[in-house]
Amino acid sequence: MSEPIIQLAGVNKWYGRFHVLKDVDLEVAAGERIVICGPSGSGKSTLIRCINRLEEHQQGRIVVDGVELTEDLKSVERIRREVGMVFQQFNLFPHLTVLENVALAPAWVLRLPREEAEARAMQQLARVRIADQAAKHPGQLSGGQQQRVAIARALCMQPRIMLFDEPTSALDPEMVKEVLDVMLELAGQGMTMVVVTHEMGFARSVADRVVFMDEGRIVEQNPPREFFANPRSERTRDFLGKILPR
Amino acid sequence: MKAPLLSWSTRSGRARLYQAALLAAIALAAALLWRNTRQNLTARQIRTGFGFLGQPAGFDIGEGLVRYGPTDTYLLAFAAGIANTLRVAVAGIVLATVLGTLVGLGRLSRNALVRWLCTGYVELLRNVPLIIQLFAWYLVATEILPEASSPIALAPHVYLSKGGLQFPHPVWARGWAWALAAVPPGLAAAWVLARWARARRERTGRGPRLAWPAALLAVAFPVAGWLAGGAPHALELPEVTRFNVSGGVSLTPEFLALLVGLCTFTAAFIAEIVRSGVLAVPHGQTEAAAALGLTPRQATRLVLLPQALRVIVPPLTSQFLNLTKNSSLAVAIGYPDLVSIANTAINQNGQALECIVVIMSVYLAINLVTALGMGWYNRRVALVEG
Amino acid sequence: MEAIAARPDPAAAREPPPAAPGPAAWVRRNLFSSVPSALATLLVGAALVRVLPAAVRWLFTGAVWAPDYEACRRLEYHAACWGFVAEKHRLVLFGRYPFAEQWRPLVATLLVVAALAASAHPRSWRRWLAPAWAVVLAAFFLLVRGGALGLTYVDPGLWGGLPLTVLLTLVGVSASIPIGIVLALGRRSRLPVARGAASLYIEMVRGVPLITVLFVASFVFPLLLPQGLRLDPLARIALAITLFQAAYMAEVVRGGLQALPKGQLEAAASLGLSWWQAQRRVVLPQALVLVIPSFVNSLLSTFMDTSLVTVVSMYDLTGALRLALGDPQWRNFFIEGYLFVGAVYFACCLAMSRYSHWLEKRLGRWARRPEASAA
Repeated sequence: MSEPIIQLAGVNKWYGRFHVLKDVDLEVAAGERIVICGPSGSGKSTLIRCINRLEEHQQGRIVVDGVELTEDLKSVERIRREVGMVFQQFNLFPHLTVLENVALAPAWVLRLPREEAEARAMQQLARVRIADQAAKHPGQLSGGQQQRVAIARALCMQPRIMLFDEPTSALDPEMVKEVLDVMLELAGQGMTMVVVTHEMGFARSVADRVVFMDEGRIVEQNPPREFFANPRSERTRDFLGKILPR
Repeated sequence: MKAPLLSWSTRSGRARLYQAALLAAIALAAALLWRNTRQNLTARQIRTGFGFLGQPAGFDIGEGLVRYGPTDTYLLAFAAGIANTLRVAVAGIVLATVLGTLVGLGRLSRNALVRWLCTGYVELLRNVPLIIQLFAWYLVATEILPEASSPIALAPHVYLSKGGLQFPHPVWARGWAWALAAVPPGLAAAWVLARWARARRERTGRGPRLAWPAALLAVAFPVAGWLAGGAPHALELPEVTRFNVSGGVSLTPEFLALLVGLCTFTAAFIAEIVRSGVLAVPHGQTEAAAALGLTPRQATRLVLLPQALRVIVPPLTSQFLNLTKNSSLAVAIGYPDLVSIANTAINQNGQALECIVVIMSVYLAINLVTALGMGWYNRRVALVEG
Repeated sequence: MEAIAARPDPAAAREPPPAAPGPAAWVRRNLFSSVPSALATLLVGAALVRVLPAAVRWLFTGAVWAPDYEACRRLEYHAACWGFVAEKHRLVLFGRYPFAEQWRPLVATLLVVAALAASAHPRSWRRWLAPAWAVVLAAFFLLVRGGALGLTYVDPGLWGGLPLTVLLTLVGVSASIPIGIVLALGRRSRLPVARGAASLYIEMVRGVPLITVLFVASFVFPLLLPQGLRLDPLARIALAITLFQAAYMAEVVRGGLQALPKGQLEAAASLGLSWWQAQRRVVLPQALVLVIPSFVNSLLSTFMDTSLVTVVSMYDLTGALRLALGDPQWRNFFIEGYLFVGAVYFACCLAMSRYSHWLEKRLGRWARRPEASAA
């Protein structure tokens, strides 16, 4: 097997005195789909935010696509072009139209001419099936539509890795499916994905591995079948008991 | 069967009854007050009506953009007052915004000393009443500064003393007229350059923003005009004589005290507005911009600033209005603004009602204009929401 | 991928690595994190080093503290003459109130301060708070005015200094609350006449400076009264401040009314409550609690605004200072005078604004508790 595209080794992080990530080791191969789950406060969001340096780790090594994450700003810049992120609160830019939201980074970061950036943006919007809303503003769209735009925005940079931080947690139940469908398609197209979510159905159908975190540690990780059928740790069993429907 | 118009039992009927009662009460109160006023005015033998505006006022106005003497009319006196109010208000607004923005950003600085200084400034100036600050500045300007016969020279030919601030001004000549006339074309040329640079950038994705070259262009035109007009450089210089400083532009200590007092006070409030505007943009916006790979500069310009400005501009406008209203405190330190002059007028001819109506109308007009402008701006930049 | 067995579970988290010893790291991060920052530190530091020792010398070490005019004169302004404050502080703090009776406004002011402290905590916001405040205000009046209970009568024209400031603030705020509530309800009313009248009043009053309103009080109110009726100058000013503040109070209350979810009024209506009942029992109690921090800010701004009455010849704290500085012997020590009065205002205002912040934070938690009770 080739080099993993994401490597975390002995990663520790503190918020002040609070030890939020404890000795985390994780490897993700190219094209793999990882689902991270766990109770709130377990450090799952912090973990994926460390991968694109929205948070800084204090100990350990993080290597993304061959580039080690350090204080060096150049390395951070390179990594952020390869890693796309979708947030729980969408974080679309309210003062720009949908098209402008998606075309912004290609124009200013990749320095594409405006026309080319917009053409790419329309392509991505079509990919998530929301091209007809291109001229609207985020405030005019429903939650599910906004999250799909957010996915298109991240995809427009043509990243090799996509990170999802609880992408459906802020959505009304009937909109969760449309976002999950887009994520399923992405997975089907071979994108490396690290997804923090409570949607266990998605984990079952798409994930290559499910990782369970609790209190800052990775407690258990297994392919979904093993994970759901034979959870090894007491805490994993506890957690699954609470979130899986009876 | 239709219910009668003023019926207690229907919702609309009751509404009409309430309103009729309210109108009647207001009318009654107004009539009573009016009757009392007429009686009192006749008893005190005070004239009514705005005819006095055409009469000579009989007092002098020490400073301002409008030359005024005792034989000029009350109307001109009020006009001079309005000019003086606007003079200090506009200068104050510009200076306070600059200072306030700097202090506000300073409060967000990474440097702890700068942060503490700015916080101290804001807390100190916001918690002491403005009139005390004005008195203090006025006393500094009239007691602590040296006599006019031996002023402080801030720069060659710029003098500060109890007589005020004096600095040179150019003698009006053709070159200056041409320079002034060249300002609009200069601005237009700068704007065209900036737009061309932007279009080129969008077309090809590369190319500098040319902000500085554009600014330079805007300055180059007036300079060229000045040169073409013969490069006049004759200045009227203030001269220190035995008793005072004469010549040049003279800003009185009253004006200086009012300007500095208003500016520093309002800047403290503007600093808070700028700071909360910047903090109001949700952190997620910064994160999203960073996750997309935008540099901090790009993120500020494209994502943060537009959103922060939307939050900042409405309260900023309120502060501008407050500064204009606060300029009325000029009456306490003897600067002849509108309220000051109206006060003198009332003392001269006793027509308090009319003079107060004039003052209030002017301020309400300023308010109205600003509110309309604010409304237009808000509609233009409003975030579009379903 | 192989399964990784669950690790043994050490319960305790570890301490963060000592990144760098405390103070040095803090200094580096906060003062010298970049070249511009280091430059700023050096510049500001140099300025402070020059200014601070001189300021301390002027203010404290070299200053004269006794009310000794000769000693002060000898200083020749190289140090502060706090003797001015020692000599004139009673005039500045109490105005022209008779010297021997000044304990009365002092006690009255302390009473108000105690009442404020007692009302500060949300736990004390019960039914009896409003009547209690009415009693405090009445006691204040009684103490300062006299004419009963063996206290000699003191004409309101002689009231001055800090108690006058406190009086004008309290009367202004408390009287403007009911008027403001009525105006706010009017502005949000469906009836065009009510809405128009309320909006007109609010916009007119908010658009003009306070000085104008004080002029109206001085020059116009006497004209509006029926012949033969006279209104005391103090009452006129208090009325002017009240009417002025009412417009701003109306906007504060309106903010609270708007913040309340529409469902509240709908639920009340569906239960059969009339509009008045709904306002009284459901809407106002919630809306008013929502805007309590804004009330405190109104209190603060009224307190600062009362300093303007010196322009219409009332001797509040600011006016009394100018009176004290009228003494030809001491008039050159105006810096010390203004520092003193400025410090008094600053202390009071800072306390109020800190309280307002604390209250806002606290109400965020408190408002969610079901037993939130306020009248």
